[in-house]
Amino acid sequence: MAKILGGITTSHIPAVGNAIQKELYDDPYWKPFFDGYPKVHQWIKDNKPDYCINIYNDHGLGFFLDRMPTFAIGCANEYRNEDEGWGLPALDPFPGAPELSWHIAESMVADHFDLTTCQELAVDHGFVVPMQLFWPGAPHHPDMPKTVPISANTVQHPIPTLARALDFGKALGKALQSFPEDATVVILGTGGLSHQLDGARAGFINKEFDQYCLDNIVSNPEELTKITRMELVEKAGAQGTEFLMWMMMRGALGDNINEITRNYHIPISNTAAGTLLLECAA
Amino acid sequence: MHDMPGYDYHIDIPGTTIFDGKMAMKGYALNKMCYDFNKAENREGFKADEEGWMEKYGLNEGQKQAIRDRNVLGLISEGGNIYYLAKFAGIFGLSVQDVGGLQTGKSTDEFKEYLASQA
Repeated sequence: MAKILGGITTSHIPAVGNAIQKELYDDPYWKPFFDGYPKVHQWIKDNKPDYCINIYNDHGLGFFLDRMPTFAIGCANEYRNEDEGWGLPALDPFPGAPELSWHIAESMVADHFDLTTCQELAVDHGFVVPMQLFWPGAPHHPDMPKTVPISANTVQHPIPTLARALDFGKALGKALQSFPEDATVVILGTGGLSHQLDGARAGFINKEFDQYCLDNIVSNPEELTKITRMELVEKAGAQGTEFLMWMMMRGALGDNINEITRNYHIPISNTAAGTLLLECAA
Repeated sequence: MHDMPGYDYHIDIPGTTIFDGKMAMKGYALNKMCYDFNKAENREGFKADEEGWMEKYGLNEGQKQAIRDRNVLGLISEGGNIYYLAKFAGIFGLSVQDVGGLQTGKSTDEFKEYLASQA
C-alpha cells in the first residue's frame, strides 16, 4: 500500500521560473523567497518520495473555455511543458505514472468525485515552477518522482467551494492509501496566496487573511470551509482563489501532521508568496 | 446571455470583475484569440496584420477597439480574462506589474511600491 509522506505548498508565479533560469537566488529581491526552500530540499533528500501528486490550476495552456473541467487528472506517460505565450524555453517533459493516475480516477469516481481524465495535458507554470523549486534542475533532478497532475478550475466561476476542495483531498488520500504498491507519495498544493492581477483592484494583497489561512490549514482546515467563494475572492483577491489547491492537498494528509517549515513573503511579482511543508506523522 | 432575475451568485467587490459564465460567453472570441497566442506563429500573425487577425477570430467592435487602444480595463469589461490577456500583454513584453500599473493609473514603479507597501 502506498504511504503519504506529507504535503508541500508553494506559490507558482511565472516570474519565479525566470528567476531560477537567471539564478537570482542571492539577489536582494529574491533571497527572502528562495530562503524558504532549503528545508524542503533537505526533507525531500531524506525521504525521496516515489510519486508526486501535483495539484495546480491551469492558466490557459492545457485547457481553454471551450471545455473547462472543474477537476481534471492527467493519465499519461509524460507531461509536456509548452510556450505560454512569452517565448520562454520549455522544459523537458515530466515523467508520468499512468497506473497511479488511473487508480486514483477509479477510486475517486467510485467516491463520487467525477474527474475528467486527460491522456494529453500540456502543463504550465502552475505545475512546473513548484517542481523546479522543490527538485532543482527538474525534470532532471536525480530523485525526480513520477508525477500525477491534478488541475482544478479557478479561471472561470463557478469554482469549487473550499469544503469541496478539502473533501476532494480526503478522497484523494483514500485513493492513494489503497494503491497496491509499496511506494511513498508527496502531495503538492500550488498557487496563492493573496493576489489580484486584474481590474482597478489589481495589486491587492491581504497579509492578515493569508496568516489566518496559513495557521488554520495546518491545525484546523475545517474552519476554512466556512469561507464562501465570494468571500475568498474579496479577501484573497481574484487570483487568490488558487488557495483551493492548498485545501485539496491538506485534505489528503489526514489529521495527524507536523509542520516542518513555513515561509511567507510580500511581494513576489504581484503576489504574497507562501510555502509550507507538512509531514504526516508516522 | 441575459441576467436571470431573482438569481445573483455574486457580491459586489469594487474594482473586481467576477469572470463567470456571462463574461465567459461575452469574451469568448477575444479570449480565444489570446489563448492562441500561446503559439509563436499566432503572435507573429497578429503582429503582421492586427485588424485581419481580429476579424478572423470574430471580435466585436468594442473588443477590437480595446485591443487597438491596449486598454486593459476595457478588455476586461469586454469579457477578457486576465490569464488569456496576459498572453496578449506578452506580445509587447509587458510584465504583470506593467499591466497592474496600466489598470490602476500608476507607473510601473509606483505599482511595485504599492505591492511592497502591503508587506
